[in-house]
Amino acid sequence: MTTTGADPYAGSRDTTEGRVYTVTGGDWDSTFAGDPVSEERLVVNMGPQHPSTHGVLRLVLDLEGETVTKARVVIGYLHTGIEKNTEYRNWTQGTTFVTRMDYLSPLFNETAYCLAVEKLLGIDVPARATVIRVLVMELNRIASHLVGLATTGMEMGALTAMTNGFRERELVLDVLEEITGLRMNHAYIRPGGLAQDLPDTAEASIRELLKILPRRLEGFHRLLSGQPVWQKRLQNVGYLDVTGCVSIGVTGPPLRAAGLPWDLRKVEPYCGYETYDFDVPVETSADAFGRYLVRVAEMSESLKIIEQTLDRLEPGPVMVGDKKIAWPAQLSLGPDGMGNSMEYVSKIMGQSMEALIHHFKLVTEGFRVPPGQVYVPIESPRGELGYHVVSDGGTRPWRVHVRDPSFINLQATAAMSEGGLIADVIASIASIDPVMGGVDR
Amino acid sequence: MTSTEHGEIAVPGTPEEAQRQRGMFGVSGSGDTSGFGGLVRVAPGSAVTLHSSERPYGGYFDDLMDAIEFALGPKRYAATVLRVVIDRDELTLHVARERLVKLCQALRDHNALRFELMSSVSGVDYLGSGGAQEDRLHVVYHVTSMTYRRRIRLEVAVPVEDAVIASVSGVYPTADWQERETWDMFGIDFTGHPGLTRILMPDDWDGHPQRKDYPLGGVPVDYKGATIPPPDERRSYR
Repeated sequence: MTTTGADPYAGSRDTTEGRVYTVTGGDWDSTFAGDPVSEERLVVNMGPQHPSTHGVLRLVLDLEGETVTKARVVIGYLHTGIEKNTEYRNWTQGTTFVTRMDYLSPLFNETAYCLAVEKLLGIDVPARATVIRVLVMELNRIASHLVGLATTGMEMGALTAMTNGFRERELVLDVLEEITGLRMNHAYIRPGGLAQDLPDTAEASIRELLKILPRRLEGFHRLLSGQPVWQKRLQNVGYLDVTGCVSIGVTGPPLRAAGLPWDLRKVEPYCGYETYDFDVPVETSADAFGRYLVRVAEMSESLKIIEQTLDRLEPGPVMVGDKKIAWPAQLSLGPDGMGNSMEYVSKIMGQSMEALIHHFKLVTEGFRVPPGQVYVPIESPRGELGYHVVSDGGTRPWRVHVRDPSFINLQATAAMSEGGLIADVIASIASIDPVMGGVDR
Repeated sequence: MTSTEHGEIAVPGTPEEAQRQRGMFGVSGSGDTSGFGGLVRVAPGSAVTLHSSERPYGGYFDDLMDAIEFALGPKRYAATVLRVVIDRDELTLHVARERLVKLCQALRDHNALRFELMSSVSGVDYLGSGGAQEDRLHVVYHVTSMTYRRRIRLEVAVPVEDAVIASVSGVYPTADWQERETWDMFGIDFTGHPGLTRILMPDDWDGHPQRKDYPLGGVPVDYKGATIPPPDERRSYR
């Protein structure tokens, strides 16, 4: 296309589809032949199966001594074609696909997708469903940030941070499992509302969690925030100011750690976030330490929101009343776990032919969505998660594009790590907190 | 009216007129006992892209369009913005492809516009959608003004034989990887991009997977004598 000149790491050949580049770490002899500064220059391939690269991420680093002069990021190892797959499934099935993209924040993917579908349909979901969406999203935000902290700790060699982070996350996942039936990839939020209502025991479990977690979050401050080793590894590392963030498209904690209080829950509220009382934590250091502080503070704010949602839960439906859209199947808890409600099955099989036809039609064919396109952004734990959804009026999406914050934020790797030490590359990437499932989709 | 073998009926008329499809299960004539044959479906592309909105647009859209016209000058504005579509409270500008970069520059730099952030770049292939098929590949840019808290969508359509658009990565560096993804998935060539290589698919992959004429893939599955076709070849309820 437009790149000219031979590239030592990306040999090219022409094919019928145009020029194809094969990016490699470079053969030792060919890389160093005729290079005047070759004595000091070292090319290191890191990943894609490296324990410190935060997932199947591959880095090609140019080093001079321990200083990184060039950082290239190679992604795509986890590409599963989710966007393409959604075009072959009906609108409701899309939920089970998008939840697997950014697998640490599945409920955000589901909510953003469903908000987009609902905007195309022009429907509003019941108030109770929206409150529960906010509730599970904020629980999910805590779980996601805890993994971010835990993996950062592991990559920095602070293994207690890892074990503590995963231990706390387990508490949150237990609650999410109680609510949705699954620890991850819930497919709980559906176009039109929710798959099912909160179980009776959920409120007590959440209140219990609200008692435990503040103390545990305080533990992170006591364990890490003031610790000299932790500070030295993160402070002034991975610096990226507001201008850099906005031009590269970086949103979420890195942008807020650079001093801009840009949180879509505040600036473009959705799901009624404008009615909740919470703060947007901001730091001004623009480094990895600032991002760590922002994430810990955001978890406390999420706890505040969760508490408010519990007080707002009013009895009511959790799925739209329109029977042309609402998923007909009912779930209930049987002796062997969650499954189809016996009462419902006996009704459609034994009593109502029309209900059976209706069930069959909605489950196999799905509902139709009027033609058009929408873009719905929400604030995921990693930044702006945007769904560009196009409908042709059919029962399946014409196109679902996901603006995944991990994918965009990962572009900042070079800006954050070039000129720094190789050990700081790890800290920089960990501070972006990319999830490769979302990056590669 | 011309009837196709699948019972679809193409309604002749101006390109502005939406094409319509009838029926669902591929049944036409007296074979249809389901009653679904009476359903009429407005086919997509046309409905998605071809309706123009008239002033007043409502909300901040009128102020915004005034500002864009002022920033570009009336003559260049007319050559740049081909169509304005307001749908579901979202503003879409259909842009002439040779003017895209200039428009982006103005959107980013002009005081009354200040679209600092390019949120998203994505491709859409309208092959077989019922809309205009000459320019079937669309590139859709979502830009955000953090100062004024506004969002607009820019849409550029190109034919598949000449799928070339100037890269906006010089104005918005964030478009770098997103244009690489669009090249990878749709085969749209962004001229001026610093290194347009595949990003998600392997480097030596043939074809562009998210085009509509590229199959989903998969092989038929044999299980106890029954054969289940891959998902894209199963019965479609269109």
